[in-house]
Amino acid sequence: MASVNVFKPKARLSNSNILFLIAAVIFVVMYLFAIISFPNSFMQFQTFFDLFNLNAPLIIMTLGLCIVMIGGGIDISIGAVCGLVTMACAVFLESKMGSIGGAVLVALGIGVAFGILQGYLIAYLEIQPFIITLSGLFLAQGLLTTLHKDPINVTMPAFVGLRDFDIVIAWLGTRNRLGVFIPSEIKLGTVIVVVLLVILASLMKWSRFGRNVYAVGGNSHSAMMLGINVKRTIFITYVLSGLTAGIAGFVYIMTTGAGNVGNAAGAEMKAIASAIIGGTLLNGGVGNLLGAPIGTLTLLVINELIRAAGVQSNFQAMVSGLLLYFFIVLQSVIMSLRDRRRFGIALPPWLRLSGKEQTVGQGES
Amino acid sequence: MPKLIKHFSHLVLPVSVMTLLIIINLIKGADYFRITMVNGAFYGNIPNILFGASELVILSIGMTLVTAASRGQDISIGVSATITSAVFVQYVLQAGEVTLLTIVVGFLLSCVIGLLLGAFNGTLVSVFKVQPMVASLILFTGGRSIAFMIDGKLSPILANDISNQIGTVIPGVPIQTPIILTVVFIALVAVLFKTTNLRLYVETVGINPNAARLNGINPKKIIFLTFLIMGICTAVAGFIAVNKAGRHDSVNLLKLIMMDAILAVAIGGNSLIGGKFSITGAIIGAYTIEMLNRTLLRLEIEPATIKVFKAVFIIILMVLSSPVVRVFMKKALDRFRSWRLSISQPKENALSTTNIAEKKEE
Amino acid sequence: MLSETILEMKDISKSFPGVKALDSVDFKLRKGEIHALMGENGAGKSTLIKVITGVYGKDAGLITLQGESIHFKAPEEAQNKGIGTVYQEIMLCPNLTVAENMFIGRSHSLVVNWKQMNEKAAQLLDSLGIPASPVQELTSCSLAVQQMIAIARAVDMDCKILILDEPTSSLDEDEVHKLFKLMRELKARGVGIIFITHFLEQVFEISDRITVLRNGKLVGEYETTSLSQIELISKMLGNVLEDITKIQKHEPIVSDTSIPVFEGIGLSSAAGVRPFNFVIQRGEVNGFAGLLGSGRSESARAIFAADKVTGGEVRMKGKSVKIKTPLHAIKQGIGYLPEDRKGDGIIDDLSVRDNIILTLQVMKGFFKPFSLKQAETFAEEYIKKLNIKTPTPDTPIKSLSGGNQQKVILARWLLTNPEFLILDEPTRGIDVGTKVEIQKLVIKLANNGMSLTFISSEIDEMIRTCSRLIVMKDREIVGELKGTELTETEVMNVIAQGGKNPCLN
Ligand SMILES: Nc1ncnc2c1ncn2[C@@H]1O[C@H](COP(=O)(O)OP(=O)(O)OP(=O)(O)O)[C@@H](O)[C@H]1O
Ligand SMILES: [Mg+2]
Repeated sequence: MASVNVFKPKARLSNSNILFLIAAVIFVVMYLFAIISFPNSFMQFQTFFDLFNLNAPLIIMTLGLCIVMIGGGIDISIGAVCGLVTMACAVFLESKMGSIGGAVLVALGIGVAFGILQGYLIAYLEIQPFIITLSGLFLAQGLLTTLHKDPINVTMPAFVGLRDFDIVIAWLGTRNRLGVFIPSEIKLGTVIVVVLLVILASLMKWSRFGRNVYAVGGNSHSAMMLGINVKRTIFITYVLSGLTAGIAGFVYIMTTGAGNVGNAAGAEMKAIASAIIGGTLLNGGVGNLLGAPIGTLTLLVINELIRAAGVQSNFQAMVSGLLLYFFIVLQSVIMSLRDRRRFGIALPPWLRLSGKEQTVGQGES
Repeated sequence: MPKLIKHFSHLVLPVSVMTLLIIINLIKGADYFRITMVNGAFYGNIPNILFGASELVILSIGMTLVTAASRGQDISIGVSATITSAVFVQYVLQAGEVTLLTIVVGFLLSCVIGLLLGAFNGTLVSVFKVQPMVASLILFTGGRSIAFMIDGKLSPILANDISNQIGTVIPGVPIQTPIILTVVFIALVAVLFKTTNLRLYVETVGINPNAARLNGINPKKIIFLTFLIMGICTAVAGFIAVNKAGRHDSVNLLKLIMMDAILAVAIGGNSLIGGKFSITGAIIGAYTIEMLNRTLLRLEIEPATIKVFKAVFIIILMVLSSPVVRVFMKKALDRFRSWRLSISQPKENALSTTNIAEKKEE
Repeated sequence: MLSETILEMKDISKSFPGVKALDSVDFKLRKGEIHALMGENGAGKSTLIKVITGVYGKDAGLITLQGESIHFKAPEEAQNKGIGTVYQEIMLCPNLTVAENMFIGRSHSLVVNWKQMNEKAAQLLDSLGIPASPVQELTSCSLAVQQMIAIARAVDMDCKILILDEPTSSLDEDEVHKLFKLMRELKARGVGIIFITHFLEQVFEISDRITVLRNGKLVGEYETTSLSQIELISKMLGNVLEDITKIQKHEPIVSDTSIPVFEGIGLSSAAGVRPFNFVIQRGEVNGFAGLLGSGRSESARAIFAADKVTGGEVRMKGKSVKIKTPLHAIKQGIGYLPEDRKGDGIIDDLSVRDNIILTLQVMKGFFKPFSLKQAETFAEEYIKKLNIKTPTPDTPIKSLSGGNQQKVILARWLLTNPEFLILDEPTRGIDVGTKVEIQKLVIKLANNGMSLTFISSEIDEMIRTCSRLIVMKDREIVGELKGTELTETEVMNVIAQGGKNPCLN
């Protein structure tokens, strides 16, 4: 026991971490770029907070989706479940027995119910997750239209109060043109995002369950042989994803105050894109929950930038596709630079790993 | 005979679903199979399904190949088809007088565009090692607005006889043209498989790309090739779709068809994580989905709840075909058999005949 | 002294589609004994293990653990009952760190204490001398290190029963000794150990008792001391094995003027071998010797262009050729049986037939598929020739036993009839009978004019077959031995001195 080699910083970054790092760096660079190009909007704290305030549901959904994706699955029902929850909450709140606590229960109940159903079918009956969650999407959409077809504006006073409730950060703000100090405001949704982020990220990093999810995503057969209850682990990931979709639904209606057929429609694709940009791979086993908000924000900032730049609305989708392209290629190039054995490109020294079992490509030829 | 059954075991699911749907339809009305002749062409429930599923069938074929080789799905197919068909429409409109040649050249041009779009996705997946769903997310995001540009921010109308005939029927031919085109396409694909090693290469690459490379197969090329084939599929599907519609709507053309295409691949007994595949299964899967959609309409289910039924149906279907349930049912069946045997021949040791399937197969 | 039985299996049967892998097998493990489980490839050893640990459900039979009847539904339960297992195929998660792989699935606490875990892992790695850091990702470890990690994990579990399924197949002698020392310690503590291997010397060195299986049936249980090697072999094979020493080494007739089949100058690859020269004559059998990680596989891969080629010139029969990808190499008549069977060799969902014809088909071309009948003929020919145990040629290769999978890959290359065939660990996981068969085959192929490069962790095997050995150390060629110099001690000497006769470049 001569040399205890624990804390030598010689391990290279894991895939999860490097992907997260790429995402974070790109986000920061892009945000700085945005500040420089459009100082009067992006310089304001409020703009930054509004990214959260307005998109809390998407970030929350992405969190749950990331967990499923790390476990090697996919959940495309989340957008529709979120939409269903908004409508169910709206209907409930407008009914005679409506109460906020009840609405929260409705939201969580629907989310968890979808999670349990889908999780059971995928984990215990071993059905392909894409198909089951696609059916889940159909089911949620169908239930939504069955429940109510027309938009409902929730008018219940207590709820309206909740909707309009802002947390004012008095010490953080910007002065407007007249020099009046305007403090920043954050919505409850943002708080929920932060709380969930902390809880779920810790869960994935420090809990036995979280590590099991990584193991299952990495190689489910090996995970089983290592003594992990693979089925239960997968099941729980879907329940969590259903739960977050439910929470997202409640936050959604808390933000917009209305139930609508089109609520959160197509959000699953945005969430998948966010998760991927945040460094979670679809193959499973690789990802970082902190990347979820970063991925979402990156997408949003891209959109904001395009809008701020005054790109004609017809071109906006094209430009965001183009930026996505650069992002994805960049991510791939950085990853391949690191992966010498397969790509055979010598590593920059700062990424090189010492240690005998590591082979570093010889430059000469 | 048992060998034959084993050989087609992956088709059990889609075929039995189809049978079930037919039974449901027959219960609803015995005239399900009735085919009527209108203006010299066949119409009826079955022709309608064949007609309606054309694009889906063609796209499912491409999706099966992409899935098998690259272990992921292309979600940009509907968007790509919109772009290729936009180019086709513009060419035809610009040509002034429309002859068969115009249409053919326009179609070939759209195929070239399809190949380019396929090459775009294929390069990302094979060279840059981007996961297919991510790679195709780019076109999925920006593609429709490209199509919109090509259309000149309108939705142009294809008002010529030939297009009309391609979208419906050619006088004197009793079968609707999209059905014929689909059959021809399937036949071409069959020829492709007969005359090349596409299946072996694609499956090898999908299962173990490292081993494929060491045995002289270039996984990048094969993955790229499947995306090119997908490109052709999108061009053909776009061509059929726009001629059917008679008008190019860049926002809604083949919208969300990728979901159905992926579903068709899965119902056809294919794994969505690559490897071995069955094109036949996917084709039957595609027709099944169309049949399901039309069955729900025929049952006059309220439009608002139709998706619930669709979901429940797919879930029941997947549950019945899930490996776990199959093993369970096989065991139950065996037990039942041995129980019956033990009743008929009480002296014999019933257990000896059981041949219980293994619990897990990995 | 009668020691107490901890595990008893009675009348265990297990069928897979087309095979009866276990047929009423009895097995008994006592406290504090090392019990070797022996048998040919496909005899059912791994299956027996997996039935114990609950990977497979049994069709019939009874298992009792310390008098209590058990029926595990998943490996998890076996682990909880104190059964630690190292499976034949390495079962670890590539995306986790080394430390996590050692501890995951074992702890019952809900939270993970990374610091403590890394420290414990570091100690364990250190005590076993495993060259890995607890915080590095498993993918960055070599196969041998991964195997050691799997062993470390199982050993560290405070278990009553330890099962080791071919743990030594990719280990060095040194590491094997470390493992044996550990096994003896555990034995002294009363742990019952089931040990599977194809190395007979290891069995006689370490085991107390031997159970032999053949074709899924129990042959018998014996005290190790009561058996001789020959007896054991005949029990395993069901017949008597030809004496290994009868293998006549083939000495190629090499004159100075003859043109080598393959000549590489300054070959190097992205996997990191120093540029080296390599020559092989027609009908010659040579080999790369060296310890694990010495670069012998990497050199072989560099010849075949399996890793990205970073330099070097190649001449085939005097003609300068370009070999940048495996396909080029195949077209030039070079074959390569890879070391990592699971990762680089088998196409696991494809049938045995497709796996056999694959490379020949690739050589023939994309547009010229074999007819099914042709493919069947080829497959059946080689299944018979190499005695591959498979229910049908249509069976997916993944359901074959490890050794039989290896034979399929060998068949794949033999079918292409290469001029120069590189065999990287062809005998890994192969039973004694087949090992001798393969060695004989190598000699026979060389006699027919094929050139072969043979790489093996077992030096005696190489000495038996090769007429020239290239010795490697630290990714560099440090010596070359031929003729009378070809002895085990001489090879070890060259390695130890790191280049007695610095050669080539
Ligand atoms: N999952 C499976 N599906 C189908 N058949 C299987 C499966 N696993 C093993 N078999 C078959 O069971 C038999 C016994 O295999 P097993 O792996 O137990 O052999 P083994 O004694 O461990 O051989 P080896 O020394 O080559 O590892 C073989 O004929 C094999 O083909
Ligand atoms: Mg075995």
